[in-house]
Amino acid sequence: MYAFDFHRPATLRQANNLVGKVEDAKILAGGQTLLPTMKQRLASPAAVIDLSGVPELVGIEQKGRNLVIGAMTSHAEVASSALVRAALPGLAALAAGIGDPHVRHKGTIGGSIANNDPAADYPAGLLALGATIVTNRRKIPAGDFFTGMFSTALDEGEIITKVIVPTGAKFAYAKFRNPASRYAMVGVAVGKKGSSVVVAVTGAGSDGVFRWADAEAALGKRFNAKSLDGIKNPAAKELNSDIHASAEYRSHLIGVMARRAVTAATAK
Amino acid sequence: MAGTGIGARVMRKEDFRFITGKGNYTDDINRPGQAHAYFLRSPHAHAKIRKIDTAKAAAMPGVVAIFTGADIEADKVGGLICGWMIHSKDGTPMKAGAHPALAVGKVRYVGDHVAVVIAETLAEARDAAEAILVDYEPLKPVVDLASATKKGSPVIHDAAPDNQVYDWHLGDEAAVKAAFKKAKHVTKIDLVNNRLIPNAMEPRAAIGDYNSGEEAFTLYTTSQNPHVARLVLSAFIGIAPEHKLRVIAPDVGGGFGSKIFIYAEETICVWAAKKVGRPVKWVADRTEEFLAIAHGRDHLTHAEMAIDENGRILGLHVKTRANLGAYLSTFASSVPTYLYVPLLSGQYNIPAIYGEVEAVYTNTAPVDAYRGAGRPEATFVIERLMEVAARELGMDPAAFRKKNFIKSFPHQTPVIMCYDTGDYNASLAKAMEIHDVKGFARRKRESAKAGKLRGLGYSAYIEACGIAPSAAVGSLGAGVGLWESAEVRVNPVGTVEVLTGSHSHGQGHETTFAQLVAGRLGIPIENVAIVHGDTDKVQMGMGTYGSRSGAVGMSAIVKALDKVEAKAKKVASFVLEAAEADIDFKDGKFSVKGTDKSIDFASVALQAYVAHKFTGEQLEPGLKEGAFYDPTNFTFPSGVHIAEVEIDPDTGVTTIAKWTAVDDFGVIINPMIVEGQVHGGIAQGIGQALLEGAVYDANGQLLTASYMDYAMPRADDLPSFRVDHTTTPCLSNPLGIKGCGEAGAIAAPAAVMNAITDALGHENIAMPATPQAVWQAAQAGLARAAE
Amino acid sequence: MPKVSMTVNGKRVSADVEGRTLLVQFLREHQRLTGTHVGCDTSQCGACVVHVDGKAIKACTNLALSCEGANVTTIEGLANGTELHPMQAAFRTHHGLQCGFCTPGMIMAAIDMVNRLGYDLSEETIRHELEGNICRCTGYHNIVKAIQAGAAAMGGLKVAAE
Repeated sequence: MYAFDFHRPATLRQANNLVGKVEDAKILAGGQTLLPTMKQRLASPAAVIDLSGVPELVGIEQKGRNLVIGAMTSHAEVASSALVRAALPGLAALAAGIGDPHVRHKGTIGGSIANNDPAADYPAGLLALGATIVTNRRKIPAGDFFTGMFSTALDEGEIITKVIVPTGAKFAYAKFRNPASRYAMVGVAVGKKGSSVVVAVTGAGSDGVFRWADAEAALGKRFNAKSLDGIKNPAAKELNSDIHASAEYRSHLIGVMARRAVTAATAK
Repeated sequence: MAGTGIGARVMRKEDFRFITGKGNYTDDINRPGQAHAYFLRSPHAHAKIRKIDTAKAAAMPGVVAIFTGADIEADKVGGLICGWMIHSKDGTPMKAGAHPALAVGKVRYVGDHVAVVIAETLAEARDAAEAILVDYEPLKPVVDLASATKKGSPVIHDAAPDNQVYDWHLGDEAAVKAAFKKAKHVTKIDLVNNRLIPNAMEPRAAIGDYNSGEEAFTLYTTSQNPHVARLVLSAFIGIAPEHKLRVIAPDVGGGFGSKIFIYAEETICVWAAKKVGRPVKWVADRTEEFLAIAHGRDHLTHAEMAIDENGRILGLHVKTRANLGAYLSTFASSVPTYLYVPLLSGQYNIPAIYGEVEAVYTNTAPVDAYRGAGRPEATFVIERLMEVAARELGMDPAAFRKKNFIKSFPHQTPVIMCYDTGDYNASLAKAMEIHDVKGFARRKRESAKAGKLRGLGYSAYIEACGIAPSAAVGSLGAGVGLWESAEVRVNPVGTVEVLTGSHSHGQGHETTFAQLVAGRLGIPIENVAIVHGDTDKVQMGMGTYGSRSGAVGMSAIVKALDKVEAKAKKVASFVLEAAEADIDFKDGKFSVKGTDKSIDFASVALQAYVAHKFTGEQLEPGLKEGAFYDPTNFTFPSGVHIAEVEIDPDTGVTTIAKWTAVDDFGVIINPMIVEGQVHGGIAQGIGQALLEGAVYDANGQLLTASYMDYAMPRADDLPSFRVDHTTTPCLSNPLGIKGCGEAGAIAAPAAVMNAITDALGHENIAMPATPQAVWQAAQAGLARAAE
Repeated sequence: MPKVSMTVNGKRVSADVEGRTLLVQFLREHQRLTGTHVGCDTSQCGACVVHVDGKAIKACTNLALSCEGANVTTIEGLANGTELHPMQAAFRTHHGLQCGFCTPGMIMAAIDMVNRLGYDLSEETIRHELEGNICRCTGYHNIVKAIQAGAAAMGGLKVAAE
């Protein structure tokens, strides 16, 4: 790592002050992606503002028909939360499948979506659930939040404070892991609320998470894995190709994972 | 003593320090005043170095010194060597390009050493390294193994204008041609043996320390063979004479071959320690290990097998192209030659074998021995051929193997090896029974019901361990002898220290060697300490690789124990006032035949040192004996592994559903440790078959340079293994040991690929059989079936 | 340089560190607790796993300064003199280690697994939960056995204490 100045605010107000004041600062949430990137010297912020000392950013609450998850809530906390497991078991399962147990103890929902890694799991999940991202300044619907690979609607100095997730949806996430990194090589989240169906795909798109419109339309008519049988998988030319998986293989896996997600969402 | 002797499952003596965090690995050692080294590495696979400007970097905070190839040239530091001479078919010696520890004039792979920065902290060294300005003139790289020697290819070393290191052969070409003429059936196969990156969990590290008062160097290093490191650093690289260079290899976190070799980094650390007048410490990060540690395997092979009308093998012709990377690593040349072709007979009676190996340079990391070294490649060739041939002949693969097994011993193969003993039918029969091969058809049907493909594959492997005798390997080009040394020091109170030239880096020598000594001397195992890994303590040794420590290292201890016992009998004869010939030694007691007079081992030890019962003319005081043991033959562990896989055709995911291993390692000292070695070897073999593979792009950039892209076997990739044994004691060493360290890695890849091809119904898939590769192959198989 | 204070293995410790000092560097270089190892740069091998406030984390992917006031347990903090923690003892009994380099992280991960999932762990659970720990020597076979036995022993210990 390159040298940097370190700040660890104790309140959200202090954090707000710091992001306005400190130049070239990176916000450190769980650090499970940022720190490895900095260790490899691929990122070199002049300062780091660590949010791990801000207790008001942690916690999970049920508010009306929504789950409200603090931005600094760890994957392990979401995975093991009785509230989440009761209201959205598919979301708990998604969180339980991020990284490994040690990473899940540190990695946070806010950090994950702020980074919007094209192979991250939460972006697909939150898209499919129609979540809203709350920052220190505004509320942003998930559909507007994820703007491309490693890119979000967040402005300079904007801090994610919580995520509002509507409950009552049929939801599941199916992931095919990269055999080496164990990140999603293809991950498909499927959410159905009322007659609206969202199918969000991560790991595969050349510009990050995306929605699969044809599948959404088919599943909107009948929410069953068989409904996908006549549907063409997303075109390979829009997908990533690397040493682990060609675009064609990823395209195929999207179909397989989507079916598995739908089956899981309709189970129980 | 029965509880700790040969054959007992003794818990490991070394474990306490490891499970309490008190191991002592090289990176755990810090020397007073030490500085830290960071290597600036080439970002290019192939480039001329026009100029290196270190001025700006030298002025950075904390920088102590910066050295480049010009500095080591000025100091006449010798180049790194390859210690095994191979001659081509035409009699010409292999073409070894110069291998300076820091690049001179040219870089030849991504990760090649361009400069070293020594600074107060590692972070400062790295900061400064980024400020070094290197003016490169990029050259076209040679990356593809198949086309490396094509006319017009860029030249990597002037010494090898066509990038060929050697074009070697072994066997009787005419006899093989005749065999193929007689053949009723010929099975042909093309194989890729994928390039692997060893990945011992402890990255390499080194600390060079120079004592100016005594003009003596100490090198702490992650080595499997500290004495060989000292020999090479002194005799060839010329850093210091042997008596002024102490090499310490403390606890070492795994090696698998990759820590045999003498690398640029430790060479530079020890040399630079004197230059800067401070200890110099270097610790590799994982990325550096990926880029610059010696890789393994990387063969392209075409093989043909001639078979007669009765299903008997007549002959074998194998043609292999081996990638040795950008420079010849320490033992690189021997791996695809003498450690490979002589094993191609496998467990089979093959009257004629001819092997041709062309070794080439490419702009990739050097390739050298990795667990099994040549023998996994040989087993992969012969065991894939056996399976494919059986399928082509419509024979059961087990029956085809049985028909061709060697059944009488000793057996002289047409390729050097003379197998002393074995019972190949026994291990096959036992493996088939334990595995419930009979139940496979039912299990396959059940898988099919669930939409899965199931396959079963055999691998009947042989390996050759304890490479020897020294005179024989010398005649084949080895630069060293391959004996081992031991010294048994009995203390006056009867405790024992055993100094061995073997090195333990996970194998548990501190336990197994102590079992041997405690059992033989009839003393508690707690009273035995095994000392290794320090050239100031152990005079000379050859180290640990090639599954040699049991067969060779322990045999040396047996020889030394023979001498200790003989001397102790003499002492006892004076104490007991009896003729030496009347002294018996059993269960830790010396007794006089036919009497009840006896004395225990500890008392004899004391008497040996107090020397009250004999005069100096009669007997030398003390009880300490050393021995060198040079084996008379290789040892030949063998066995049968059966892999059963289940494939999800929707995703291409292959699951190892069941694994059975029945090995014949001869006499086993500690079954618990031996089984652990087998488990680990199988895991590495499955890793090669399903997960691992180094990939370079066309520019010579390593795409698999971290665990993000190089798939290491994890716990959920593997099953539990069923491991069992048959035993035919080795005839060429006093303990009957054959060796076990590499067996799993040798056997497993062919077993997995035979099972996968069985499940798929065709042979068209290469290692690693990743989900993508298997999915594609499954689709192709389904399409073919539909036609 | 900023100062960081924390409790390591029951002892209050503090040191002046850089912002970029990782917890693992603080432990190894400042506290000379070298049982916690570094095996990779990408947060995957798990050789550096320690417990922070009772949870297993990767000490190579946490800044020392982020651990201000935290309670850290390393492999050195498990045994009571020569009396081993049941998980340490199980690794020895079941030959769950060879070279020993991944072992501290494995043991810390195993205890965390028991803390989260209880004393009765299936082979499948253990293999799945070991996703963040890589071993190159053992093929995991005996690690799985050791963790299963160590978990049961921890449960027995708890029952005995009740």
